[in-house]
Amino acid sequence: MIECENITKIYKNGNVETAAVKGVSFKIEDGEFVAIMGPSGSGKSTLMHILGALDSPSSGTYRLDGRDISKFSDDELADIRKKKIGFVFQSFNLLSRATALRNVILPLVYSGVPKPERAEIAGRSLEAAGLPADRWHHLSNQLSGGQIQRVAIARALVNDPSLILADEPTGNLDTKTGEIVLNSFRELNLNRRNTIALITHELAVAEHADRIIHIQDGLIVEDKKIRANALKV
Amino acid sequence: MKISDLIEETYSSLTVNKMRSGLTILGIVIGIGSVIAMVSIGQGAQNSIESSIQSIGSNLILVMPGAQKGPGMEISSGRGSAQSLTRDDADAIAKQVGSAKAVAPEISRRYQVVARGTNTNVSVIGTTASYPEVRNVEIDEGSFITDQNVRSLSRAAVLGPTTRDDLFGAGAEAIGQSIRINKVNFTVVGITKAKGGSGFGSQDDMVFVPLSTAQKFLAGGDYVTTISVEAQDQNSMSDVQQQISDLLTQRHHISDAQAADFSILNQTDIAATASSVTGTLTMLLGAIGGISLVVGGIGIMNMMLTTVTERTREIGLRKAIGAKKKDINSQFLAESIMLTFLGGIIGIVFGWLAASAVSKFAGISTSVSPASVLLAFGVSAAIGIVFGYYPARRAAALNPIEALRYE
Repeated sequence: MIECENITKIYKNGNVETAAVKGVSFKIEDGEFVAIMGPSGSGKSTLMHILGALDSPSSGTYRLDGRDISKFSDDELADIRKKKIGFVFQSFNLLSRATALRNVILPLVYSGVPKPERAEIAGRSLEAAGLPADRWHHLSNQLSGGQIQRVAIARALVNDPSLILADEPTGNLDTKTGEIVLNSFRELNLNRRNTIALITHELAVAEHADRIIHIQDGLIVEDKKIRANALKV
Repeated sequence: MKISDLIEETYSSLTVNKMRSGLTILGIVIGIGSVIAMVSIGQGAQNSIESSIQSIGSNLILVMPGAQKGPGMEISSGRGSAQSLTRDDADAIAKQVGSAKAVAPEISRRYQVVARGTNTNVSVIGTTASYPEVRNVEIDEGSFITDQNVRSLSRAAVLGPTTRDDLFGAGAEAIGQSIRINKVNFTVVGITKAKGGSGFGSQDDMVFVPLSTAQKFLAGGDYVTTISVEAQDQNSMSDVQQQISDLLTQRHHISDAQAADFSILNQTDIAATASSVTGTLTMLLGAIGGISLVVGGIGIMNMMLTTVTERTREIGLRKAIGAKKKDINSQFLAESIMLTFLGGIIGIVFGWLAASAVSKFAGISTSVSPASVLLAFGVSAAIGIVFGYYPARRAAALNPIEALRYE
């Protein structure tokens, strides 16, 4: 459960203050599949950073699972990211010198999962993300774009987070592969009941979600459900 | 993050760029290796000087006559040339200086020594039976000069092994043979054990004869050229030195201590001077090695800074998936410590090999002490921490958002 109340983010550059987010309030229920859509410069990336506990808002409260984390320190935020957030980045950000499996294991290392259990947990996650088992031990720079994105998704899933944040997950993929990746998000939402927030500038991508929050100039201009949440049907 | 995970991460990131890691390690290897090798040369020099000082006797005090002065005009023939010390002085020291364990007067001069067609120029020392104890001389065959020899003016001679080799051939049986010193016949009664050392003042190239015989037949006077005194122990050395000085000034009727006609050399002083020289040498050599170690450390820092820049996105990702500042910090610090640790181990082996090679091929004695190995090890670990600290802190302080965007 995510609750944002009147969130603002102001960047200071010398004496010039730029407001990237100007007071945004919304809620995302557990198990929702939401798209946050807006053109570049709309403040959607800033909002994603705040939702992902990579950054703190300048004012307003952000409650994640009932806890206000808007005033947390860097290390406390790191803890939140570790336990509650899974990221899927546009540029994947896999460790190219490590195998697919090792990439998925990495968050488990930081969250202190005992070594013998790691491979099994990571394997389940890779299965859920749909990477064929014969690719698990390939170095990630030997995988195709779609496979890399599946590894990135598996890595986001592995700690069973409250929120999966996908930042332009199809940005570097062709339309067909992008479609497959978006369908796998849908499957995760259906089968594992993961809460997913998709950050994109494309309406076509956003329309894969159940709800679209439309951001422009740091404000929500539209928040609409485009289809009933599959879980609540 | 657990230690085992840290080591695994460190290993995998160092093996990605083996060439670079290897070259960086090489810098530390050369640094540590040269410190070990250089210090071992210094230590070896110190040890060999100390042992050669010890070989002339332990707790030794040498009394030598002062300069001979002509009447009126002060024409000095140099220290040690005066004939002012006598056998009686030596006996008085033996009797009256309580802490003097043994006293050996000697009269020495170089003579041409002849034996059946061969001859050599060698230092002939007239002395008494206490000489072996005072000057650490050991007998290999036969016996040394006895008190009986001294009393009876006997013409007995004890040869150093080098002299024996020169006169009779290497390892030949010399006991009972006869030699001529200054046209006087002597019978060889003993051979001393080899002490080593070469060149001037070799302890092996000597002929010992009874003091009284030397005074009567060779020198023609009752003076002695040196009185060697062995003190009870290290602590009583300066006490003994003072007592000898007092005794001799009184015996020689000298009122002003400045005008003494003798001088006293203390072995501790000689050893201290020598070891302060070699200590400085060791420090100098160590400092030269230390410079290369610092250069190696800078190489580590350089590599770590490059690594941090190259892996900015990786650091951003690690932070995004929950790594704390501490985790990133320890990861990069572990990498630099691992580099210096490996460099340290290889460097110690390398330095030890270099030291052995130096003593084998250059004939300079070396000694690798555990202390210098320990020190080198500690220093290399410290260098890893010192030169890895800044890059690691820089990595830890990266903002995850900016790090993820870094191209």
